[in-house]
Amino acid sequence: MLDVVKSGVNFLANPPVLLTLILAGFFILFPINERCLRWNQRLGLEAIWTRRGVIIGGVLTTLFLLFGISDPNFRAVVMKPDNAPIVGLIYLVPFFLWLAMKQAVENDRRILDGKKPNEYHDPEDKVLVWPDLVYIELIALVLMTVFLVVWSLAIDAPLEGPANPTTSPNPAKAPWYFLALQEMLVYFDPWIAGVVLPAVIVLALMAIPYIDNNPKGQGYYSFRERKMAISLFLFCWLVIWILLIGVGTFLRGPNWNFFGPFEYWDVNKTLALNNVNLSEYIYVIGLGMELPKSIILREFCGILLLGAYFLGLPLLLARTWLNKLLLDLGAMRYSVFIMLTLIMFALPIKMYLRWLFTLKYILAIPEFSFNI
Amino acid sequence: MSTKVPEQPDKTKSNAPTNEKGRRHFLSAIAVGWCAFAGAVAAMSAGVLRFAFPNVLFEPPQTFNAGAPDEYVDGQVSLRWKKKHGIWIVREGAQFYALVAYCTHLGCTPNWQENDRKFKCPCHGSGFHVSGINFEGPAPRPLERCHIELSPTGHLIVDKSTRFLHEKGQWADPASFVEV
Ligand code: FES
Repeated sequence: MLDVVKSGVNFLANPPVLLTLILAGFFILFPINERCLRWNQRLGLEAIWTRRGVIIGGVLTTLFLLFGISDPNFRAVVMKPDNAPIVGLIYLVPFFLWLAMKQAVENDRRILDGKKPNEYHDPEDKVLVWPDLVYIELIALVLMTVFLVVWSLAIDAPLEGPANPTTSPNPAKAPWYFLALQEMLVYFDPWIAGVVLPAVIVLALMAIPYIDNNPKGQGYYSFRERKMAISLFLFCWLVIWILLIGVGTFLRGPNWNFFGPFEYWDVNKTLALNNVNLSEYIYVIGLGMELPKSIILREFCGILLLGAYFLGLPLLLARTWLNKLLLDLGAMRYSVFIMLTLIMFALPIKMYLRWLFTLKYILAIPEFSFNI
Repeated sequence: MSTKVPEQPDKTKSNAPTNEKGRRHFLSAIAVGWCAFAGAVAAMSAGVLRFAFPNVLFEPPQTFNAGAPDEYVDGQVSLRWKKKHGIWIVREGAQFYALVAYCTHLGCTPNWQENDRKFKCPCHGSGFHVSGINFEGPAPRPLERCHIELSPTGHLIVDKSTRFLHEKGQWADPASFVEV
């Protein structure tokens, strides 16, 4: 019985399955448009953002962790001192998400009833920065320092032997906050995943206030007044960043293979992966000929596909689904917005291409270290 | 605004000469101050930059003697020089070549896995055949080979400073392997 549960969890944790389930449910849970919102309401998902919702969620998570710790493989990963922050993350991220969503859902309801949001105060009723705010900050600072000191005393830092450039630990993991980047590196060229994408992430965060011209939701929590903005942002944050950190921490084992949470980290686990570039698929496998000498000819299809994705798709969407958005944002804001969104979705797309077709690079020009 | 502005004594007119002097003085003081600050910053950066050129540089020799060819078993990847020099020596029949143990993705050190007969990188899972050709994971290029030759005494001499890249067709270069 236990084994069935464990292998079931292992199966669900397999990233292709996991990501598919998440993609299927995410935009219903955080409805991106009116239609998703209707589904959300039909399924009664707003009940998650109540006090009962958070208690049930917390209890279930704790029960699962307790059950898991009885398994030696699960324990070995979860109890590792390196992973303490991630175990904390499992509780903290959902909790603060719940905290914000609860207030947002409440406000949505008040606004529907024609009332003012909860945060609305009499304009005369103000709080002073000094001492009111600064005191709170001081207290938080002291508590945090105490917490960090206690933590560092209680758990030994997981130090290893002196560094040796000719031996990499197996698996070699980045610091936990970089694990999402390391996960991206599995699917993209180091230039793209290590330089371009991080830069795009930072620039995109800076661009948000300039792209988002929706005046609603300022100074109070609300979801329905800014569905698409919140939903997309949460997708980046929860799926592309937090989830990938979790995957990197708990599911990546020796040789950077995937392992289920209840699976033994076997160094010799063999996965037959034979990654093939798109050009090889077309010329070598499809047409049964040699790769053409000329780079342009060789990468013709890749260039075409990327062009369609980054140039064709925005134009197409502007005429169809996102027409209203284009009118709201204007051409400039729309282009920036759609580029960032497409870059973001390029990651899950590339993951699926890798998992389903063992596709290595859509555009592969190793001669110039340029691969996508 | 209909409120009255209280009458202010007109200082600008009466004290014009002294004010002008004060402003000049202030400006030149600022200029001197900024120049001094810029000078200090420049000197400090020069000092920091100096660290990039150490007086003594420890650089292990790029060339090493890998022993006699018959110390290597046919069809095996020799891990003998991996720790010290970061080189795998592979023998295939009469042919010897030296692979650089440096992943072409981001530079981790892959591990040789005898049961799968592949090099597997622990960082993002790139895999390479015995020949060094990349076949799984994100590594965009095959592993690099380096210069190997037979010394007059019949020893294999490996020179890590000369590299041969497959994607440039350099593995056909006779300096990239040794035939005994
Ligand atoms: S460094 Fe070897 S796979 Fe990334």
